[in-house]
Amino acid sequence: MAREQRLAEVFVELADTLVEEFDVVDFLQVLTERCVELVDTDAAGLMLDDQRGRLQVVAYTDEPARLLELFELQKAEGPCLDCFATGEVIANVDLTGSAARWPVFTEAALRSGYTYSHALPLRLRSQVLGALNLFTVGRQTLTDDHLAVAQGMADIATIGLLHERALHDQVLLAEQLQTALHSRILIEQAKGVLSARADISVSEAFSRMRNHARRTGQQLTSVADAVVAGALDHSELQPVVDRR
Amino acid sequence: MEEILRAAWAGSPDGSDLPTRLAVACARALPVSGVGMALMTDEGPAGLIAATDGAALELEELQFTLGEGPCVDASRAGRPVLQPDLARTAPLRWPAFAGGALDAGIRAVFAFPLRVGAIRVGVLDLYRDRAGSLSADELAEALSFADAATLVLLHAQAGSPVLGAVAVLDERAEVHQATGVVSVQAAVGLAEALVLLRARAFAEGRPLGDLARDVLDGTVDFGSVDDSG
Repeated sequence: MAREQRLAEVFVELADTLVEEFDVVDFLQVLTERCVELVDTDAAGLMLDDQRGRLQVVAYTDEPARLLELFELQKAEGPCLDCFATGEVIANVDLTGSAARWPVFTEAALRSGYTYSHALPLRLRSQVLGALNLFTVGRQTLTDDHLAVAQGMADIATIGLLHERALHDQVLLAEQLQTALHSRILIEQAKGVLSARADISVSEAFSRMRNHARRTGQQLTSVADAVVAGALDHSELQPVVDRR
Repeated sequence: MEEILRAAWAGSPDGSDLPTRLAVACARALPVSGVGMALMTDEGPAGLIAATDGAALELEELQFTLGEGPCVDASRAGRPVLQPDLARTAPLRWPAFAGGALDAGIRAVFAFPLRVGAIRVGVLDLYRDRAGSLSADELAEALSFADAATLVLLHAQAGSPVLGAVAVLDERAEVHQATGVVSVQAAVGLAEALVLLRARAFAEGRPLGDLARDVLDGTVDFGSVDDSG
């Protein structure tokens, strides 16, 4: 499929999730996954300002990406943090040559097998709400076209966070960021509950919850809520069949 | 948040009036006229825990009686409800509450749900006698007070002392996943499961994240041993 066509499809898919009963974590999760696909990278993660002076990881495509992002937060060093602090794009960071600038991050990223890292700000005028981070395995850098798409995805993430509400309303932004943080925690709690009940891994638990949400047209957080409340038995959450 | 808790603790060695001390400290630290804190369970509002002045007390009770208001919404929806100008916004949204609030001389309310994902323990309400938003720094401070209050109420509900000022809004997914696992193993709610985890980590003098990882990989099981910490 032509890339433009796929791009249009993804935009429609994302716009489609921005309905009244909108699930911010689910939206950001889909966005990071599509970003990896469209921009031709290998992993992505998204961090948001927790409004307490820190960043928190709210969406990620795989475990190594999440761990690397957490590592960055713990060590308070890395391109994503610099991107958040300055609001500037930090793209095509060649990890074989970045040890002088970010020694701890570079070592951890190389250990995860990444060769390039890219960070794009979630920007609302002068305010930076978070950062979208992409990691690449292999030797190719991102083209300007890819970077434009990636920044477009970061902008869509910002729009999604603000939803269709007035962009100047700082109050709603605070409400939305806090909701995203707690929805993420709720989903993690539900993954734990489901994995213990069904005797499966937490990542399998996540796949089953997402699958169930899609199949039944529910929000991911509603499904997580039902799992936690015991209202949704694990036998109703079917294993995910890999259709690829 | 650690600093806030430590300061509240210093004046309350046995922890008995921690909620009140927190509310008073919050009212002092922020440009507000009063602070209220209410307990919340899965069944609904479960009573007032602290109020720093008459107006805060009155408005907490008013919302409890009416079943409407920013604090009720914050608690129910699990998201902050920030109302910098009640005279403008409240009459349409909460007609009965708006009248009472304006009569009591309150012009702005900032209500923060006290929650950790699915665990909801209460709500922290800041009242102010003049209209106007919180600045970004003030919002950050208010959220830190909310985090401290969440920790205090979480342990108060479980009848357990507050063990260590370790953040409840832990950024590590493992801690929240392990909370879910422990709730199934020990057949308790998530709130109690989180308290059990924290108590065990504290008793064994190890980081919460380490214990969480052991729970996830099956090294530690809260179902097999009768250890209510």
